[in-house]
Amino acid sequence: MKTTELTCIVCPVGCALRVEQTDDGEVVSVAGNTCPRGAVYGKDEVLHPVRTLTTTVRVQNGERLLPVKTDRPIPKEKLFAAMEKVNALSVLAPVKIGDVLLPDLFGAKLVAAANLGPSAKENV
Amino acid sequence: MKTDLVIIGAGPAGLAAAVAAYDNGVRDLLLLERDTAPGGILQQCIHNGFGLHRFGEELTGPEYAARDIREANARNLPILTETMVLSVSPDRTVTAMNRERGVFTVEAKAVILAMGCRERPRGALNIPGARPSGIYTAGTAQRFVNVQGYLPGKEVVILGSGDIGLIMARRMTLEGAHVHAVCELMPYSGGLNRNIVQCLRDFDIPLLLSHTVSKIHGKTRLTGVSIAQVDEHLRVMPETEQYIPCDTLLLSCGLLPENELTKGAGIPLDPITGGATVNERRETELPGVFACGNVLHVHDLVDFVSEEAQLAGMSAAESIRSGGKTAKTPPIPVRAEGKVRYTVPQRIDETETPVRLFFRVGSVADHAVLTVKCGETVLATKKKRRMTPGEMESFELSPAVLQAARELGAALTICVE
Repeated sequence: MKTTELTCIVCPVGCALRVEQTDDGEVVSVAGNTCPRGAVYGKDEVLHPVRTLTTTVRVQNGERLLPVKTDRPIPKEKLFAAMEKVNALSVLAPVKIGDVLLPDLFGAKLVAAANLGPSAKENV
Repeated sequence: MKTDLVIIGAGPAGLAAAVAAYDNGVRDLLLLERDTAPGGILQQCIHNGFGLHRFGEELTGPEYAARDIREANARNLPILTETMVLSVSPDRTVTAMNRERGVFTVEAKAVILAMGCRERPRGALNIPGARPSGIYTAGTAQRFVNVQGYLPGKEVVILGSGDIGLIMARRMTLEGAHVHAVCELMPYSGGLNRNIVQCLRDFDIPLLLSHTVSKIHGKTRLTGVSIAQVDEHLRVMPETEQYIPCDTLLLSCGLLPENELTKGAGIPLDPITGGATVNERRETELPGVFACGNVLHVHDLVDFVSEEAQLAGMSAAESIRSGGKTAKTPPIPVRAEGKVRYTVPQRIDETETPVRLFFRVGSVADHAVLTVKCGETVLATKKKRRMTPGEMESFELSPAVLQAARELGAALTICVE
């Protein structure tokens, strides 16, 4: 048996989790969570940790960068590889929240996280 | 010009207050915003974690702002951007300026203060050393990186473990900088546990508790900082000093409500929160002037800012409708004692509906019993497993408790037993 103590990062509460695994790595129990999402996080975190990536993309005709995010968490060890792919991108405004910029970034879609027009006045 | 309601600031507080005021009958209102677009600081907070309470989903800052902007636009609420408010007078005349109109005044029946907060700058921290470039508040660096596309430096030390500092440690790392350490003066972090995990531990960035920056090195550009441990009186222990070469120092050392306009209007401030003293409707001591969001007291979560702003918006609408209603009875003062540092509101006028007191503790309290008293009479208690200065707490007072306090005729105090 192996026990791992974790801080849940699903929401700002930050529950203290205790994950028990068999010697083969199989998760037997997650304790300390106050919601079902915490149990999923506890299991994922010991088996294959994942993170949502939020970053920015250049806008060729804009006054500011476009905030973007992965629509689901990607493997934690792929964060820097994902940053490299995202930093190679640039987009043309206007862009709307949810517009898909990369269809498959390590299993997630990269989507726009702001409505951006070519000028600040249109950033609504 | 004249209008019913002027809202100063179109960040999350101003937008939610405006929408709530409109939905409660105010049709003649105006939002004044100094930035080029509404949304406030959310526009540069590109990380996620916003909106879990209010929308039941995890949004990035710009996505959260977009929802409020959509609501404001759906109601055609006028927002004057790139407009700087210069003063608010005691008779609720707002003087502002922008490029098109020059200086102009707006006479309002009610004003909502929603200017937010700003960061504590280096000048307020007394760090010895020269004044080279390369020292930024974390929020300034956040704007450079996330909005304008500049990386302020490559070798970074962060002072202060508030959430913005932690978020920027991750952000700078993802963008290719090397964050040597986050130093925190206190023996505990000022940020959320989840941010310590996902912003520091994920990237093996050390969090040095009870540490501060003791010297700044460099003439034109920062070349390094000395950091040192502090003793229990927060004094630097010189024998622990060590040098870290770096080109950038980010400061995340607390937020201060931005109340220059409030002071100018002669509105009394709470020395602890740095915001106006308000009643349960978020009305300041100047009738018809309301305050909400981080200009009133610094919140942990934008969701709670929006909630407070909705209350202020409803209250302003009510005030306009009733022609500036004043309380019939003297208010019940609310005082913080012992470990409880402050409360918002600081006074309660109406006792018919429940009032939620918001407060923070000054140091960590484990297995605490929160106690609300009036004189020596205990009116309500609540058990808390753990309270930390980094997290805002709340305590709902029932009408029965409020009416008991009114009959006893003394101040309500809240403390930790």
